[in-house]
Amino acid sequence: MKKIEVITRPYKLDEIKEKLTTIGIKGMTVSEVKGFGRQRGHTEVYRGAEYQVDFVPKVKMELVVEDGLAAEVIKTIQAAAQTGEVGDGKIFVTTVDEVIRIRTGETGNAAV
Amino acid sequence: MNAADTAFVLISAALVLIMTPGLGLFYGGMVRGKNVLGTLMHSNILIGTVSVLWAIAGYSLAFGGDIGGLIGNFDYLFLKDVGMTAKEGVDNIPHLAFMIFQCMFAVITPALITGAFAERIKFSGFLLFTTLWLFVVYCPMAHWVWGGGWMAKMGALDFAGGAVVHMSSGASALAAALYLGKRHGYGKQAFIPHNLPLTILGAGLLWFGWFGFNAGSALAANGLAASAFVTTHLAAAAAAVSWIVVEWFHRGKPTTLGMASGAVAGLVAITPAAGFVGPMPAIIMGLIAGGLCYGGVLLKGVLKYDDALDVVGIHGLGGTFGALATGVFCSKAVNELGADGLIYGNAHQVWIQFISIVATWGFCFVMSLILFKVVDLMVGIRVSVDDETKGLDVSQHSEVGYQL
Repeated sequence: MKKIEVITRPYKLDEIKEKLTTIGIKGMTVSEVKGFGRQRGHTEVYRGAEYQVDFVPKVKMELVVEDGLAAEVIKTIQAAAQTGEVGDGKIFVTTVDEVIRIRTGETGNAAV
Repeated sequence: MNAADTAFVLISAALVLIMTPGLGLFYGGMVRGKNVLGTLMHSNILIGTVSVLWAIAGYSLAFGGDIGGLIGNFDYLFLKDVGMTAKEGVDNIPHLAFMIFQCMFAVITPALITGAFAERIKFSGFLLFTTLWLFVVYCPMAHWVWGGGWMAKMGALDFAGGAVVHMSSGASALAAALYLGKRHGYGKQAFIPHNLPLTILGAGLLWFGWFGFNAGSALAANGLAASAFVTTHLAAAAAAVSWIVVEWFHRGKPTTLGMASGAVAGLVAITPAAGFVGPMPAIIMGLIAGGLCYGGVLLKGVLKYDDALDVVGIHGLGGTFGALATGVFCSKAVNELGADGLIYGNAHQVWIQFISIVATWGFCFVMSLILFKVVDLMVGIRVSVDDETKGLDVSQHSEVGYQL
């Protein structure tokens, strides 16, 4: 099983979710995060004093899928999230040792 | 000159003032968090710009000597001859008190429109539009109805601004929604209010201030003011109830946003009628307005325009209904300067009200569309997709409402 973690532009969230749903993904976890990479932050001004704010609002999606699905999921996410501008974000893929469904105790692919 | 009347009108002016920041909160809670400051700014900065423009020229254009029933002349330019003595025709209060009371109306009216173009208008374009709109749309409208213009001469009844304030802002809001187009992602992603407690606080301030708006429009501390105060309150109360009842049946749950929206819808509907109808017609008007405006808000989904905060559905529709209902329920027993309406055997009043509705919608809608086009060509009216995505707070003002 693979855990796919995506950090990308907030307004792309719905589009990515929609595309993933059409290829059969049934669940994911989303959080609002802030961070920076190559994309610059923005300036805020309060009573004439200027502050550089490095952290840009982003959205983080996490989903765990069967090994065989990972490549297609990644391709789908990349296609949906890409604008070509700096700030599109990143996809991290890691191997997951075990998944347990709390309600039933199922493990492995059955629990994904 | 009457001291009690003067005190009452000055206090009413202050009450009407508080409606504008209240409106800012009402709207500010309904937008997404990244636009909260931009939305508050849209209402509050108008207290600054419109007040100054009003003193310089707006008041004169609205209330100066009549030119052909269409607009005021330049008699009161720079508040010349507007002093501590009474104005001709309003002999119980200082001319200055009348002027500043009217100023507060001029401030809130363009602020009402801001709900339609929320979350996507460029600040410079917004300032230019509202400035031009004050002179080209508001001043003529105020003159027609209250300054001795053609609508007043025709006998149209508008006690506190159903046409001048609510229909005019509603019609202009429709022009705004159509000209600016939808917000980026509208229809695909959820546009959920970010802070409804702000909205409910704003609705409370609007309700409070509206007593100055409607009762104050009696321009005297007298029985008519008391009557308008009561009709205002009862219509708002009835509409708050009817809105949540209708949505309870329609969607299964009564909502706080519905309660606040219903109250505002009732206040809008009673505005033209406040000083012409009795308490029981006010309750009936409120009950109808709550349900009607609930339907009006759903209309934008059917007609596919993005009136972000429902100015057309509440102020446009509520104001139109209120103007018609004034023609139905008005009574000379309440106000001898008014008229008897349909239920007292005078169907003609409804026809007069109808003409004033068509004229107001047509004039305000067309002029606003032209103004949006002019402003768009001069400074641009809509922010870039990138700025819209960042939000108006950061892109237009370099601030954010909430630091985490």
